[in-house]
Amino acid sequence: MSDSGRPGRMIAINWRTLRTLASRDLKVVTRSKAMMLPMVIVPLIFVVALPAAVGLFAPQMAASGEMEDLASFLEMMPASMRESFAGYNEAQVIVVALLEHFFAPMFLIIPVMVASTIAAGSFAGEKERKTLEALLHTPTTDTELFLGKLLASWVPAFTVGLSAFVLYALVVNLSAWQVMGGLFFPNATWVTLVLWLAPAAAGVGLGTMILVSSKVNSFQDAYQLGSLVVLPVILLVFGQLAGVLYLNVLTVLAIGLFLWLVDAVILWFGIRTFKRSEIIARL
Amino acid sequence: MTSHRAEPIAVHAEALTRCFDDPHRDDTTVAVDQLTLSVHHGEVFGLLGHNGAGKTTTIRMLNGVLAPTRGKLRVLGYDPTEEGAILRRHTGVLTETPSLDEKLTAWENLTIYGRLYGVDELDLRARVGDLLEDFELDTRAREMVGAYSKGMKQRLALARALLHRPSLIFLDEPTGGLDPVATRQVHALITRLSRRGGHTFVLCTHNLLEAQRLCHRVAVMEHGRLVAVGEPATLARDLWQGVRLEIELDPGPLTGVPLPPEVRDLAWDEEGHVLSLWLPQRDDVPDLVAALVNAGRRIYQVAPQEPTLEDVYFALHEASLGEEGA
Repeated sequence: MSDSGRPGRMIAINWRTLRTLASRDLKVVTRSKAMMLPMVIVPLIFVVALPAAVGLFAPQMAASGEMEDLASFLEMMPASMRESFAGYNEAQVIVVALLEHFFAPMFLIIPVMVASTIAAGSFAGEKERKTLEALLHTPTTDTELFLGKLLASWVPAFTVGLSAFVLYALVVNLSAWQVMGGLFFPNATWVTLVLWLAPAAAGVGLGTMILVSSKVNSFQDAYQLGSLVVLPVILLVFGQLAGVLYLNVLTVLAIGLFLWLVDAVILWFGIRTFKRSEIIARL
Repeated sequence: MTSHRAEPIAVHAEALTRCFDDPHRDDTTVAVDQLTLSVHHGEVFGLLGHNGAGKTTTIRMLNGVLAPTRGKLRVLGYDPTEEGAILRRHTGVLTETPSLDEKLTAWENLTIYGRLYGVDELDLRARVGDLLEDFELDTRAREMVGAYSKGMKQRLALARALLHRPSLIFLDEPTGGLDPVATRQVHALITRLSRRGGHTFVLCTHNLLEAQRLCHRVAVMEHGRLVAVGEPATLARDLWQGVRLEIELDPGPLTGVPLPPEVRDLAWDEEGHVLSLWLPQRDDVPDLVAALVNAGRRIYQVAPQEPTLEDVYFALHEASLGEEGA
């Protein structure tokens, strides 16, 4: 069908349609407890509970003398990064190592998870709620439908990511105030991570999830299949733990660039292959 | 939103076919098979058939959301396969399930769909308000649709289908699962809109009474194939020649009454007052009445019985089964 965005044809995008599709999905998501709970609880654990515990209990951890794991983590760091610990006492090293370095890749889980959760519900959730058929009968083009669903997941993922970052900055600075003796967060790596890498990672997660969601029949199926997109983030966490990859401004920029390219490929592939005719045939 | 390509025929399908791959049987199912039909502007056209006859698949193809496997199709002057998005600006659809967002209010549901259908923002608020009032939903417009009754949801879905003033409206089982009061409301709405003019309806139903009440013409589908198409009365005339009568008369056997030899299907009602029978020609009716009177029988009423759409439908259905058996 031509309105599926056939390659080689100019596709006119109606921005009002895109905004409407995205705001409709957002309204539905924000009114669903089942979807909102994980999107609130998981970020709260990552940006409030864990960093607050580290900030508040760093002196006790330093005093306990059990620093072997952290010491090996620091030893494996590139020399240039290790320099950032110069002049810090043990408690401060714990705070900076954990809150600035160790938690950085874990933070990516938040936008990826938010994007994936909303995207999983995009088509599969609509099939379950039996709201999809009327939507497919509207004059929206296939491209608008795909992009609208993309926006509906990407905008909240970016917004939640940014809000979580602000909250994280507040929590770490406040909880570690006594240890650090003032403001120490964020650094350039985190700012690059939040503004450059996180939105790209969210894009990969939701793009994959929307394509999966359009092919399966239930939110659960989509979520289970699509949750594999969190794997690269977990690899980043373990990569850093194993001393293979450390996040600094340069690596964050490079990984971000790679993910933006993957986003572009997913977008291109999605626009070419996303067809309402195939979705409705499975209803 | 009524200006579309001016053509005398609203819908024209020629040898329209849609096949689906069946992954469980490694086979192909033919959902719609060589369907050829036309729908004129302004008519209420019924697509009749059992579940699985191919009615919903046909609507999906006509509205350009499902690509046909084969065949030609023009709807409001557009090719739905190539110009689906443009066509859908001029069509409204009431899907088999109301397909409403239950976590949104009625107002939000209509406003969102109004925007998706391209209704002007300045006009949208008034239009939504008018429709909610017309469909008697205005007092509960700000409630979540999840709290609505089935009838209210159906009325809201119908309001949504009319929001952008479409000229062609597809109604897929518009009264399925509704109670008699809600059914009557929906029928009244369709009749009102049809009489007002400017709308063409394609109505999918297996409710034959509904089709008889609302449709100018009907197409009967069986296993994706078109079995018959025409006005219900014409279809009946094609199927049954002659006339079926109900005669109310004093009770008693008909022995000694010289009935025309071609009379068939003689039967009395339970009380023995009403005699039903079939005559091959209309001209036989006065002869029969005269014979009864001459035999001394008192006649209170003679009523010709037109075959209902239900009679037509089941006759066609049985004929179709007979053909398959052969």
